[in-house]
Amino acid sequence: MTGESNGNLESCFKIPEIKFTKLFINGEFVNSISGKTFESIDSRTEEVIANISEGDKEDVDLAVQVARQAFDNGPWPRLPGSERRNIMLKFADLIDENLEEMAALDTLDAANLYSFGKAVQIHSGAELIRYYAGAADKVHGETLKMSRDLHGYTLVEPIGVVGHIIPWNFPTQMFVMKVGPALAAGCTMVVKPAEQTPLSALYFAYLAKQAGVPDGVINVVTGFGPSVGAAISSHMDIDMVSFTGSTVTGHKVMEAAATSNLKVVSLELGGKSPFIVFNDADVDTIAPLALTACLFNQGQICVAGSRLFVQEGIYDKFLNKLLEEVAKWVVGDPFDPNVHQGPQIDKKQYDKVLSYIEHGKREGATLLTGGKPLDRKGYYIEPTIFTDVTDDMTIAKDEIFGPVMSVMKFKSIEEVIKRANKTKYGLAAGIMTNDMNIANTVSRSLKAGTIWINCYFAFDNDLAVGGYKSSGFGKDMGMDAFHKYFQLKSIATPIYNSPWL
Amino acid sequence: MSSESNGNGVESSHVKIPQIKFTKLFINGEFVESLSGKTFETIDPRTGEVIAKISEGDKEDIDLAVKAARQAFDHGPWPRLPGSERRKIMLKFADLIDENVEEIAALDTIDGGKLYHFGKIVEIPSAAENFRYYAGAADKIHGATLKMSRELQAYTLLEPIGVVGHIIPWNFPSQMFVMKVGPTLAAGCTMVVKPAEQTPLSALYYAHLAKLAGLPDGVLNVVTGYGRTAGAAISSHMDIDKVSFTGSTEVGRLVMQAAALSNLKPVSLELGGKSPFIVFDDVDVDKIASLALQGTFYNKGEICVAGSRVFVQEGIYDKFLIKLVEKTKAWVVGDPFDPNVHQGPQVDKNQYERILKFIEIGKKEGATLLAGGKLSNRKGYYIEPTIFTDVSDDMTIAKEEIFGPVMSVLKFKSVEEVIKRANATKYGLAAGIMTNDLNIANRVSRSIRAGVIWINCYFAFDKDLPYGGYKMSGFGRDMGLESLNMYLQVKSVATPIYNSPWL
Repeated sequence: MTGESNGNLESCFKIPEIKFTKLFINGEFVNSISGKTFESIDSRTEEVIANISEGDKEDVDLAVQVARQAFDNGPWPRLPGSERRNIMLKFADLIDENLEEMAALDTLDAANLYSFGKAVQIHSGAELIRYYAGAADKVHGETLKMSRDLHGYTLVEPIGVVGHIIPWNFPTQMFVMKVGPALAAGCTMVVKPAEQTPLSALYFAYLAKQAGVPDGVINVVTGFGPSVGAAISSHMDIDMVSFTGSTVTGHKVMEAAATSNLKVVSLELGGKSPFIVFNDADVDTIAPLALTACLFNQGQICVAGSRLFVQEGIYDKFLNKLLEEVAKWVVGDPFDPNVHQGPQIDKKQYDKVLSYIEHGKREGATLLTGGKPLDRKGYYIEPTIFTDVTDDMTIAKDEIFGPVMSVMKFKSIEEVIKRANKTKYGLAAGIMTNDMNIANTVSRSLKAGTIWINCYFAFDNDLAVGGYKSSGFGKDMGMDAFHKYFQLKSIATPIYNSPWL
Repeated sequence: MSSESNGNGVESSHVKIPQIKFTKLFINGEFVESLSGKTFETIDPRTGEVIAKISEGDKEDIDLAVKAARQAFDHGPWPRLPGSERRKIMLKFADLIDENVEEIAALDTIDGGKLYHFGKIVEIPSAAENFRYYAGAADKIHGATLKMSRELQAYTLLEPIGVVGHIIPWNFPSQMFVMKVGPTLAAGCTMVVKPAEQTPLSALYYAHLAKLAGLPDGVLNVVTGYGRTAGAAISSHMDIDKVSFTGSTEVGRLVMQAAALSNLKPVSLELGGKSPFIVFDDVDVDKIASLALQGTFYNKGEICVAGSRVFVQEGIYDKFLIKLVEKTKAWVVGDPFDPNVHQGPQVDKNQYERILKFIEIGKKEGATLLAGGKLSNRKGYYIEPTIFTDVSDDMTIAKEEIFGPVMSVLKFKSVEEVIKRANATKYGLAAGIMTNDLNIANRVSRSIRAGVIWINCYFAFDKDLPYGGYKMSGFGRDMGLESLNMYLQVKSVATPIYNSPWL
């Protein structure tokens, strides 16, 4: 059985006062035009943290208007890259200065682990801003050699007003991953954070203003997908929309973009990523990795390695180790530094995960451990492992987005490649082997955008991540993400009497 | 006649001449005397007087510095840090420069005769920004994965080249320092820097700031001294992996020779120039005449890219000369601390005498002296801005780099002619093309054999714009991302792949 923590930590730890609850448009915090608000819920207690302004289409229109003004006539796109850089460096410094408060907001709002947020995640957000700051002054097109007397070159220009629709699982990472490169590129934007997690986005907006980002460059409209999100996707004056979230919603975003103004779209969607363990893997190091790959952040991570393929030679040994490790896996209050897993984000997700667990039982998979919610307030679910899962079971095909692992046995390389690829998704994959040829063959054969060999969740600011197939298109992180926020202009003019082409 | 400022030091009395805090070699994070204990004098060109005695390094000191740099490279943290960590330290270094901008600007003024207010407002902050530029490159160093023509997985790794030797000149002590040190640091290399003996002060100050910024000991070493001793020791050192040199073409040859005779270390050279400033009939004469003046007299003519051969098309020739003379009258020579001064003293006695000799040769060879050409009657190495006309291509003053405030004006008829004449030089550093005609601009810019072409501008430098010469002006590029490549080496890695779905 997994460990539980009582989580009586509030007394030792100060819950931050919620300072920012309104929309951030043109450098000001304002009520939504309708005056409506919605509640942001603490998933540890199911209680309301704060009432947040609820934006709708009219608020998005306002935000786009100011972003358009800032882009067409404001300084931001026309500043030397080095000046955007300097403001972004200041922004990053402010994030670092407010580390604890921001980590606490994400824990309250998204149940991200507080100690991890404080030690790693928030600072990592600041570092990503610094990464893109250093790209802002190095934007290069190319001069080209034509095949006749033409002088040809490309100019790289910021794409314009960008709409960002970001999810609730990593509020800070998602915010900086989108806003960082878009800012550096000289674009202006309207950000819609998930309704489950509006708090840190509004805080970031405040810090951006302190850092000197001009009014109208970053706008944050809190609210719901069907209203605010849809308004962004279908807006006639937004030049590009980037969406991270479920595949189902991704379809809607792209459709709206198509039926409105053909705005450029990038989608980072769901996954059902295979975590493949070969016979030669070291069971003691890989089993804990497999657990983390599926359970990290309560399983609420698009690249979760939720299909664990174990080669038959080490299958039994591996299962035993998994059981041993999962017994140490503590579920409880995310403010507690001894906890590994907090509550699911909200009732909807909680119910969904539990329903998948029921499916798994019904379809005949073997429940190795877990399978029940915790008997306490809050959306807590035990880490759950199913074995004897067949490829056609619902739990092997659908993205569960919860702490539910499916374990499958395999014999050969060819077989596991086929089975790993037999999914509409293609986000990530893990390959655990020390055999160079297996590593090379399998990594090249898997249809997924991010491959981790002998590691998992190995993110880096310079490493672009993104999906294949129904996991989406377009990259986040790295310079590839930067390029998304530009459009390329080709210019050609005849040259006469040039010594060469 | 150009204007002179009395330089009664009305301004200088308001500017505090800084105390000289750093006069010793900087090796392995410490300021130490040279092993010989010898010192040399650094002179203030405004007065010819000694500013300070500086430790004089020689071969043994270079050996010590290289040892420290080698240790720091092979075993120290610097090359193995994530780029983002190097970035962080470099950003701190840049901030420290900004915090000490006035003191550093004053050092360059008394050491090199640089204009103080320009230094304070433009040059020193620009040096800090240059560090910030390279800081942001440190965490984005990319090799390439490649598609082979058979079943091979192949990629390139970019690795820091190792211990670098930088031999930098005296004309822009701060710019030269950061232009070299910036990309070298970002690439993860370690180094030994030899600043020019005329201008050691700001380099030693920067070394102090580098330590404060958190740069690990041994990564940056500064050995002050002379070219024949310390410089030669760098070029011929068996354990330096690369040498970069900016200076005269004749010394550039020596550096490259020494590199060849020792360990074949890669060399980059940024040398002299005799850059053409070409003015076509269709220009705004008033605007371009001002630019032409800057092109030759900026920084007292002590700039490798000086547009010292001014080619003027015959249609506007007379008009242009009148404008040149008019503007030269407003060109103020005087104490570089005075904010109203455009031109300070030449850097030292050597340069001063050399330039005066060229002026005499110009007169002797029959060029017409349009302006200047006389000695200034004041203490210090001051020379009037000087313009020669009726210069023919074979005159000495049209061929040799003077490195002083001496302009040669030449008349031309056609585009073809000026292209030929502009290219008839062993140099190839820069060129200016002044015209609003699209086709002339395209044709001439593509036809001139020079590394930096400025169309309707001059000295348009930028952190992201690579800069360097063709022909005997050298090879290799400073500034921009190109310069990073000079401090990295490419390793190709290939391994067979089996059963890959594609190549």
